[in-house]
Amino acid sequence: MSTDYVLQTTDLVKEFKGFTAVDSVSLNIERGSIHALIGPNGAGKTTVFNLLTKFLTPTRGRILYNGRDITTMKPAAVARLGLIRSFQISAVFPHLTVLENVRIALQRKESNSFHFWRSEKVLEPLNAKAMELLDQVGLSEFARTTTVDLSYGRKRALEIATTLALDPELMLLDEPTQGMGHEDVDVVAALIKKVSANRTILMVEHNLHVVSRLADRITVLQRGAVLTEGDYDSVSADPRVKEAYLGVAADEEVSAEGGAASDKVEVQERVSA
Amino acid sequence: MKMTKTKIAIFVVLGLLAPLVVYPVFLMKVLCFALFACAFNLLLGFTGLLSFGHAAFLGTGGYVTGYLMINTGLTPELGILCGTLAAGVVGAVYGKLAVKREGIYFAMVTLALAQLLFFVYLQAPFTGGEDGLQGVPRGALFGLIDLNDNMNLYYLVYAIFLFGFWLVFRTVHSPFGQILKAIRENEPRAISLGYNVTQYKWVAFVISAALAGLAGSTKTLVFQLASLNDVHWHLSGEVVLMTLLGGMGTIAGPLVGAGVVVTIQNFLSGGELGNYVSIIMGVIFIVCVLLFRNGIVGELQRLIKRNFS
Repeated sequence: MSTDYVLQTTDLVKEFKGFTAVDSVSLNIERGSIHALIGPNGAGKTTVFNLLTKFLTPTRGRILYNGRDITTMKPAAVARLGLIRSFQISAVFPHLTVLENVRIALQRKESNSFHFWRSEKVLEPLNAKAMELLDQVGLSEFARTTTVDLSYGRKRALEIATTLALDPELMLLDEPTQGMGHEDVDVVAALIKKVSANRTILMVEHNLHVVSRLADRITVLQRGAVLTEGDYDSVSADPRVKEAYLGVAADEEVSAEGGAASDKVEVQERVSA
Repeated sequence: MKMTKTKIAIFVVLGLLAPLVVYPVFLMKVLCFALFACAFNLLLGFTGLLSFGHAAFLGTGGYVTGYLMINTGLTPELGILCGTLAAGVVGAVYGKLAVKREGIYFAMVTLALAQLLFFVYLQAPFTGGEDGLQGVPRGALFGLIDLNDNMNLYYLVYAIFLFGFWLVFRTVHSPFGQILKAIRENEPRAISLGYNVTQYKWVAFVISAALAGLAGSTKTLVFQLASLNDVHWHLSGEVVLMTLLGGMGTIAGPLVGAGVVVTIQNFLSGGELGNYVSIIMGVIFIVCVLLFRNGIVGELQRLIKRNFS
């Protein structure tokens, strides 16, 4: 147990009126790694994210962040500890400029965010830092653009810049490449790789190509429970993962071959047991 | 529409000259409602909170000022100050209860609390019940300037309005205002960046309530009357109309909206159409929502943006 974990959960459970969305999930996120959470639709990935960032309260279980119990903390308080999340739909402030978006994050650490009697000019010293962050994600030329006018890929890049502004220790990215074209996917993947230096990233991702490129460690969820965990090669070689994650493809194969259907049932039984 | 110094100067001068052309009491009414709508717009337009009980704050300001002016012989500036503070205090309590709720629930809580206060003012001995507080003396400003002169009073009301308008402008364009806009735009994101959003909403609510109280106090002085109409939910609805019609989320919108609504009401109530005021206002509201959702100022801004930039 000498490994340094930034985030640990033990037997995390979330029940919604009798439906168990997350079923005793124990995660150990190693410091400095890129950890991916994958699984078929409805596997509970986003619910796990919401539990970790306190947007939902777990029914049972514990969450430790840097050894500190954050199970009952409020979302904003968790964020102030350096655990910052992104959202599935791009989380920007659409009618503010690109620069202002990043500056909102930078403002958090200033003491003037309640000062309603002062001009916003007092925020101008933050602009240089904001531009630097925008430069990092290749958006500096759009600084004065209203965010709503940006392309989808650029909005996601802006979101990452905003998250980076808080210099998070642990970044949680919820499907960062969802809904993107090929070029954008590569750009964002490269961006994630770039910003992963000196910090830990936990991401939910559907695009296995991206996962294979980025993730040091992968946890596979199915029906709210951990199916398996390991690096890309071991996980992708696991037949249960093929069954579960590529369920549709496997089903097609199965019906084509006319056998092995009982295997799948067996896997599912083992998982839910 | 950038608020350049010349434009501001022109508006200020126009306001100074206006009572030479238009009946001052009418102008004062417009200014009071404009201030009320500006205060309301701080919440709806810049924080994304639809309060449906803002009459409670206007009425509280009015009653407190009226009561003090009649019974204690306070000078008007102190009367207005006390009314404003009282509305701020009510706003602080109501805000605490309301800002934890979102969307329609926030609107319902503010409406319910306002109705509660309406009942209190209906029953309480110091408000004069159905009659209201009549014959509130205007007094003399600082004990020196006689406010029974409509021109003197107009310039006081105008100064108060400019102060309130400036405060809303300052708040919107402040570090705090930036956070408010972020909350309006994407509340979960603001939370995930570590902002305690209920705290920011609460401060905005208190500022808005106090300014609404300031408008109510001033209005009581102008009409020498504080009545149940000022706390009635009709008025809470009217301020929504003014803000939407003028353009919510724009600085000048509520001013324009209040001007249009008050003008229409005054115009109609004198003529044969007096009984149809509600219907006509309703039609205007529907047309506004269907055809120009950005309001008068919002649409103008869009036109200017499209054609000149």
